[in-house]
Amino acid sequence: MQIKPIIAALRHHKAGTLLIALQIALTLAIVCNALFIIHLRMAHMAQTSGVDEANLLVIQNGWVGKPAAGENASMLAADLATLRKVPGVVDVYATNAWPLAEGGTVYGIGHTPDKLALVTSTAVYFVDDHALATLGLKLVAGRNFHADEISATGPDHVAPAEVIVTRALAERMFPDGSALGKMVYVSAKPSVIVGVVERMQAPWVDNFAAKWADYATLVPYQLMDSAGANYMVRAVPGQRDDVVRAAPKALLAANPMRVINRDNGVQTYADIRADAYKSDRGMAILMSVISVMLLAITAAGIVGLTSFWVGQRRKQIGVRRALGATRGDILRYFLTENLLIGIGGVLIGIVMAVTVNLWVVTQFEMARLSLGYVIVGTAVLLVLGQCAVLAPALRASKVPPVEATRSV
Amino acid sequence: MLSYYLHLGLRSLRRNPVLTGLMVMAIGFGVAASMTTYSIFRAVSGNPIPDKSAQLFTPQVDGWGPQQNIKGEPPAALSYTDAMALQRAHKAKRLTLLYGMSMSVVPESSNSLPFAANGYAVTGDFFSMFEVPFLYGDGWDSGADDGRAATVVLSEEFNRKIFGGANSVGREVTLDGHGYRVVGVTRHWDPKPRFFALFNGSPFQQPTDFYLPFNRAVDMQVSPNGSSCRGHLNFSGWDDWMHSICVWVTPWVELDNATDVTSYQKFLEAYAADQQHAGRFAWAPNVRLRDVMQWLDFQQVVPPESRISLLLALGFFVICLVNTIGLLLAKFLRRASEIGVRRALGASRRQVYVQYLMEAGTVGLAGGVLGLLLTAAGVSGVGLLFTPEIARLAHLDLSLIALTLLVAVFATMAAAFYPAWRAAQVQPAWQLKSN
Repeated sequence: MQIKPIIAALRHHKAGTLLIALQIALTLAIVCNALFIIHLRMAHMAQTSGVDEANLLVIQNGWVGKPAAGENASMLAADLATLRKVPGVVDVYATNAWPLAEGGTVYGIGHTPDKLALVTSTAVYFVDDHALATLGLKLVAGRNFHADEISATGPDHVAPAEVIVTRALAERMFPDGSALGKMVYVSAKPSVIVGVVERMQAPWVDNFAAKWADYATLVPYQLMDSAGANYMVRAVPGQRDDVVRAAPKALLAANPMRVINRDNGVQTYADIRADAYKSDRGMAILMSVISVMLLAITAAGIVGLTSFWVGQRRKQIGVRRALGATRGDILRYFLTENLLIGIGGVLIGIVMAVTVNLWVVTQFEMARLSLGYVIVGTAVLLVLGQCAVLAPALRASKVPPVEATRSV
Repeated sequence: MLSYYLHLGLRSLRRNPVLTGLMVMAIGFGVAASMTTYSIFRAVSGNPIPDKSAQLFTPQVDGWGPQQNIKGEPPAALSYTDAMALQRAHKAKRLTLLYGMSMSVVPESSNSLPFAANGYAVTGDFFSMFEVPFLYGDGWDSGADDGRAATVVLSEEFNRKIFGGANSVGREVTLDGHGYRVVGVTRHWDPKPRFFALFNGSPFQQPTDFYLPFNRAVDMQVSPNGSSCRGHLNFSGWDDWMHSICVWVTPWVELDNATDVTSYQKFLEAYAADQQHAGRFAWAPNVRLRDVMQWLDFQQVVPPESRISLLLALGFFVICLVNTIGLLLAKFLRRASEIGVRRALGASRRQVYVQYLMEAGTVGLAGGVLGLLLTAAGVSGVGLLFTPEIARLAHLDLSLIALTLLVAVFATMAAAFYPAWRAAQVQPAWQLKSN
């Protein structure tokens, strides 16, 4: 196949050639970045929380009026007892926060009591001795809290003698793997690591918490918050939905002076997960829709302009056919022409994709585009161009040689 | 003549239906994507209080120091101690202190269940500073602030919920088990973004339910929706916590002109310097005084999703227009012989140019109508991408409808500049000869 005559012919269609190349370039620039964003968001959503999501539910309970300090503990104990009696409930504990809650408590953790020399931030979960069983957390070292280690505290009074940490945090604090039994400081007093659990995600999935998303510290406290209490409830597999209905009824029957919001007072982990990752899912969907529409419109543009060119060149095609060119030659001519324009387009497109990405990185705290996306995008656009040009090219190949003699 | 060209243009829509259909769809999708994302962006990046945004300022004082603050910026709220000091200084025309909170409400009829309500603890100047409109009664004065009165202002929505919308001034509401006398009911007032309470609150949350006097709320130990602390948290009780370096109070001041702003800035620096001398701060004064729009910008109220999707949609629209240029070129030049005849019969280049621009305009109009339908669908589907608080801000109003059509028509005509020029360049003699 001779390329020179094709390039010579393209010179007569500068505008159309440039427009198709430009469109391919812009599409590549956007589709590469869109694919990359989709991948980032999907990877973000694929993180596991570490808890038994299928069977867990969270009840957010507000007290009416302020219970006195002594009263608070007995109300909490009564509620926990009530929940344990609900059919289908495996275990229960009261807490301040849970993975994906998008609200909770963060402390600095370090090797000394000096707050300015902390090693990292960590999510702090208030738990009792039932927490591991309720959440389905796996101990990889050490032990659970004993019942006599659990004490009552207000939200701003944390100085635990023992803590349980996640494996990720244990390795961050003691990279040599010797965390068990060591001292760490979340308060002015030392806390000894009595247990290490496999995994428990921090309550936040946003960017600001990305560096310590896997660092959680469990402290042996029952939270005395005069505003209310949150209960984590684990149901027998298959009975979660029954517990969702029965648990708030049982609580209200035991003590009606409470607020359990109708819309989000009782949440399953499916709801919590959907809420936490809503914008990730939305962005992935938006990017996919726009990418598909872009590719469709680019293909349509190629079909439109090539059809026009075929119509314009019917006579020339007829002449070539009369001079001995086969149908295959004509077909290949248009396919090659499109490939040349396509290559020109993707070359500009690669530069644009990288430029767009460099700018996006500065604007939106995102990682750099990896080369794979550019290669995939380039291949997709070149194949798309060949497919789009096929129909008009086939039509061109069917132009009979007799066309050369017409309308002269 | 223009209306004749318009008529011609409408008729030519039916010619090459595939090519025309492609163009209409490209413009329709492009403009719809842009307008849907723009409707959100417009809502989240707007000025919530246009006539006063340059007179309202939020002072920040660094009580944490360079080692514990975030990237050198003072914390986004004040500690109670600093907030009280600013209030006592009386250096601004008006000043309000506020914090967000949640309280339980026990309805009057005993058979309905208690529920949670959201409110703000504010000082009396709040209502006049932010121009809160009243339906019944009024806010409270500084006397009620100083007297730590158990009064409450309800929002129109909340008043409807618990008093059926009646004039409830003088009646009593039970919040967290204590009675508060209603002194006023606001009209619907819900500035978006909620610029005045960005600390630990979503800028696009539901309208608020009630407002309590700040001093009373503090006396009743109503805890704020969130606070941020440094150092060891080991408080023996409410008073201990309240007087710590934990920040949770948002201050706002009203300053009329540049002179007042400068002198208030000086006052803040002097205050911080005094604290340094007194040994409370171990660092040089670090204060800020941002107005409403600077504050919204600093707090990054516009969600990144909104900016990314708007930019992406605009990029998409540009590609659609490039596509349209190519297709218009094909559509116009197909009729080169027709143009040749018109030119030979005496039409000037200019007339041909105008005719084809008008034709492009009709394509744009058709694309705009399609775009409008798709925008309506898009606006109702934004719940997929944004949280419900933000999604409900998107709506198709008259200005958006007009903008959609205008953008579609003008963008298409701009895209037609080159194809129409090429059409006008057609050589009549050459065309006539070849036919």
